[in-house]
Amino acid sequence: MYLNQFLFLAAFLFCVGVYGVLARKNAVLVLMSIELILNAVNINLVAFGLFRESVAGQVFALFVIAVAAAEVGVGLAIVILIYRNRHSIDLTEVDMMKG
Amino acid sequence: MPSLVAAAFEAPYLDYAALAPEIVLTGVLLAVLVVDLFVDEDRKAVVAQLAGVGLLASLLPVVFLAVDGDDRSMFSGAYVVDDFALVFKALFLVSGYVVLLMSTDHIEEGDYWKGEYSFLLLSSLLGMVVMSSARDLLTIFVALELLSIPAYMLAGWRKRDLRSNEAALKYYLLGVLSSAVMLYGMSLVFGATGTTVLEDIARELGGDASEPLVALGIFFIVVGFAFKVSAVPFHFWAPDTYEGAPLPVTAFLSVASKAAGFVALLELIFMGFFGQDNVWQPLFWVLAVLTMTVGNLVALRQTNIVRLLAYSSVAQAGYMLVPFAVGGSSDEAAGTAQTAVIVYLLIYAAMNLGAFAIVMTVARRTRSGEISSYGGLFTYAPGLTVLMTIFVFSLAGIPPFGGWFAKFYIFKSAVDAGTGWALALAVVAGVNSVIALFYYAGVAREMWMQPVPGDDRTPIRVPPALGAALGITAVAVMAIGVYPQAFARLGDLAQLAVR
Repeated sequence: MYLNQFLFLAAFLFCVGVYGVLARKNAVLVLMSIELILNAVNINLVAFGLFRESVAGQVFALFVIAVAAAEVGVGLAIVILIYRNRHSIDLTEVDMMKG
Repeated sequence: MPSLVAAAFEAPYLDYAALAPEIVLTGVLLAVLVVDLFVDEDRKAVVAQLAGVGLLASLLPVVFLAVDGDDRSMFSGAYVVDDFALVFKALFLVSGYVVLLMSTDHIEEGDYWKGEYSFLLLSSLLGMVVMSSARDLLTIFVALELLSIPAYMLAGWRKRDLRSNEAALKYYLLGVLSSAVMLYGMSLVFGATGTTVLEDIARELGGDASEPLVALGIFFIVVGFAFKVSAVPFHFWAPDTYEGAPLPVTAFLSVASKAAGFVALLELIFMGFFGQDNVWQPLFWVLAVLTMTVGNLVALRQTNIVRLLAYSSVAQAGYMLVPFAVGGSSDEAAGTAQTAVIVYLLIYAAMNLGAFAIVMTVARRTRSGEISSYGGLFTYAPGLTVLMTIFVFSLAGIPPFGGWFAKFYIFKSAVDAGTGWALALAVVAGVNSVIALFYYAGVAREMWMQPVPGDDRTPIRVPPALGAALGITAVAVMAIGVYPQAFARLGDLAQLAVR
């Protein structure tokens, strides 16, 4: 088993995803970056599951995939809502309120 | 290549009595969805009433299970119904009912899709009810998503209001990012222990020096939940989301959603990672200090009552993080810390929901969230003024209202732990309570002493549902303040066994 290689791939994807969420201005690309993080999680879970000889890892990954689909469904709906009202999905323009 | 071929499948044991609250709630939310399809637009109030009755109906099995008193465990310890679970199920169902009462008139006047609103609220509550029983990483994750996804939609309920859109987008992006980060942490903890059940994780980890893998996993999980409970520096979504979302949804997010985050933290920290206190104690110490201080200092500058309550709820989360930062030294300290968080959550729910109910009632007439619009409230709405004064002074922690007792328990947990770091934290919390008094008292001063803006003294009509919500929360705040022993007992009973 080359566990390390999977973990490095997952860690790399995680970093790319976090960078994308912080740096991208386009809402759809931010959603895709979040998907990258979730896929890093899935790689981790499946690799560890095989390494630990436990099916729990794969079952967890299946749950993550299913829930991520529901999440993205809601996310795209919100993005479409914003597009209808503003004709833009640039996140820097969504700043009526300042935290 | 290791083999993953499992043993022959055996159906897990299902205790239907233990699952009764979830089953009733699921039945009710499906009924709400179906009934909504067949009810005419002008009779939609029936749907909200059905949802309300259904919530109370799912409270019944919780009461029966509490009277029965047995701990019931299913799925090899992944789903447990004990006193801890029952106390929080009751809290979520009751605060859900209060939010439903607050929503009735708000959604009817100026909002739309009342049926779907009730359905989403109930779905989110189902997630919270599941969360109180979850003792497994996977179950906690599914419960967290079940309670969050409907909440994203509720935050954006006013489809054509740009502020509501923005509230939903900010809440969604940070919520999803935080659960992704939390999941990454969970995958690392799973890798280090080979199991997802918290009890087994605690056994695998023990009190050994932490591997970097475990430390990183715990770090990511805590950061993920820090977003959920809006701890500084992961709080910046909260004020915007609270301001932009419809008011009853804001009340729901600031109370029930935050409580669910704390429930998950209690389970994870005190059941799963207790032996690894050298990892999480310093983390919570920093989070608690930052959250209290930043929340209170920024709240001082707010002129909008909703944003003031948003930052006050950030600060309140800071107080609730204090017991986590001091609870790791011994089993006893862990017990006191858990009691403190549980008691604080129960009292915070009552006083914060009450404050939001007042804000909604006043906003019905003034159509404004500015604190200056509360000027001279006493001259034309004395009842509301007295209630609001009770709620803000309770939030500030002044006896004899419930809040003082919650604060007292927070300080007790820090002083009992007795270490230098814990005492330093108690001092920071004390200083912050004094700062908080300024802005809470500022609201009271506005209501009692300032002139009425525009000299408009038409009395405020309180709709019956909103009045009921006010009554429930006010009675709870007063009862806890005058008879705190009963609630302390509840907090003691509900402790999780530390392993």
